[in-house]
Amino acid sequence: MADISVKDAPADPLSPEEIRADFPLFANREGIVFLDSAASSQKPIQVIEAMDHYYAFDHSNVHRAAYDLAEAATNDMEGARQRIARFIGVADSAELIFTKNATEALNLVARSWGAANLGEGDAIVLTQLEHHANIVPWQQLAAEKGFEIRWIDLADDGMLDLSDLDRILDGAKLLGLTAMSNVIGTIPPVRLLTDAAHASGALVCLDGCQSVPHMPTDVKELDVDFLAFSSHKMCGPTGIGALWARRHLLEDMPPFLGGGGMILDVNRDGFIPAGLPSKFEAGTPAIAEAVGFGAAVDYLESLGMDNVRAHEIQLTSYAMRSLKERFGSDITIHGPAEPDQRGAVMSMAYRDIHPHDLSQVLNQRQVCIRPGHHCAKPLMRYLGVGATARASWYIYNDTNDIDLLGDALEAAGEFFSI
Amino acid sequence: MSDLEDLYREIILDHYRSPRNRGELETPPAHRAEGFNPLCGDEIVVYLELDDESAGEDAVVSQVRIGGQGCSISQSSASMMSAAIVGKTVAEVEELTRSFKAMMSIHEGELDGDEAMPSGQPGESLGDLEALRGVVKFPVRIKCATLSWNTLAEGIEEALAD
Ligand SMILES: Cc1ncc(COP(=O)(O)O)c(C=O)c1O
Repeated sequence: MADISVKDAPADPLSPEEIRADFPLFANREGIVFLDSAASSQKPIQVIEAMDHYYAFDHSNVHRAAYDLAEAATNDMEGARQRIARFIGVADSAELIFTKNATEALNLVARSWGAANLGEGDAIVLTQLEHHANIVPWQQLAAEKGFEIRWIDLADDGMLDLSDLDRILDGAKLLGLTAMSNVIGTIPPVRLLTDAAHASGALVCLDGCQSVPHMPTDVKELDVDFLAFSSHKMCGPTGIGALWARRHLLEDMPPFLGGGGMILDVNRDGFIPAGLPSKFEAGTPAIAEAVGFGAAVDYLESLGMDNVRAHEIQLTSYAMRSLKERFGSDITIHGPAEPDQRGAVMSMAYRDIHPHDLSQVLNQRQVCIRPGHHCAKPLMRYLGVGATARASWYIYNDTNDIDLLGDALEAAGEFFSI
Repeated sequence: MSDLEDLYREIILDHYRSPRNRGELETPPAHRAEGFNPLCGDEIVVYLELDDESAGEDAVVSQVRIGGQGCSISQSSASMMSAAIVGKTVAEVEELTRSFKAMMSIHEGELDGDEAMPSGQPGESLGDLEALRGVVKFPVRIKCATLSWNTLAEGIEEALAD
């Protein structure tokens, strides 16, 4: 990292102060220093109002009704689907399946594609960086089907160890990969891994939970086969997420959940599944949430995802540099050293203060960070810790938040050294 | 910072920095139980040895060791617990556990007030453990404080089962 002083840093492409004005929570909780967007982001008024408007003007159940109101609801939801699909570089919105969250999207891949395609003698590959959501569904399925799970390790520099990649991928049917670690921020070289996986005949299931909210995403460029992400981490409501997959895969996959909405025909002997995307959307969908999700991608697009990414690299760079300058060897920052290899999350250890105690003291100053294993226990084992203190930032954070984090760390140090 | 100082009493920090009965015991004769706090990743291992397992509730805790890692609340609670139970009978340990848990939860309904707590009065018999009373003002930390006690209960159950 070049030794650029803060003054020389390029201008922030976003205006966090103006952005904060769009988020009612910041006005309602004055003084809050919210550094936990990796767990869930705050919501702009545009999203809240879009959902309110939907309920106040357009609500009925979607599909299968002849009256205008139902058509309005259907149009609202399908319009959102199209905009969310476009947001990740997808033209055919029927390839975008709404799920409850990214976790359900990943379970859908395991239970539908995995159950139909994996058996004894097969292997899949996961990485040390994965969130439990991209581990446990595969372990559950492996326990039933008897396939092997291989692992790509982490190297000392916080990036994946790709030295043995070809051997690990050899004969594997799937690579499950996170596009950005939710613990140490690592951004693996997705395209390189996708090419390697495809060369050995494996599909790629990308967990985009942390990447899609924070950087431009184009599934064609990444060339992945499945992409899962959650609305609530990208300014949208909870209760909805999405799975994108290539059309031919979705067409070959059996339905995941059964019920209303996902069938073309049912008789006593069986059923014929509906076409895409309905085939994978059993039951009444989260309509208002889909509307809110659509408003969230509109909001992010208005900022520009390139700008979001540039803003966050700058903030990451500032955080790493200023906290190191301030605390020296008292602070350990896990993960890659270069800000552009990282997302907007930073796991740290500060002196010997346990993360749970640290965040308790920080809370006293309204500094919200998250202690714990962040649903990535295999990664924690690799780091040799039971928990980390994780700060994460987004479009509404600025260097002042980082300075306040530093002040709070200092206060915590004093508190525990009495 | 008065709530915080209430949470982190000096005696708690002392047990955290210099935990008592830290280590392992050979199994058997000791029993080993492991507890996790899935919320924050704390882990506690309790090694427990009874003088005479066939005595059931009258068996006396002869040795205890604590392993694992975690925050100051979970670790100090485990340390104080280990100091409090050696030499007690299983029945007495169970009574102590009940009192401790009562202290952790009878306040639950009225976290906001500083009102005197109704009934129960676990008080006296808890000794040093009283210092953990401040935890009830921080509901998410109650699990940290009770982790070692739940793990101990498992260890006792196992010891008496065979
Ligand atoms: C990398 C990653 N994958 C998956 C998930 C699961 O997301 P959700 O809880 O929204 O299903 C998360 C969120 O914590 C995450 O950070």
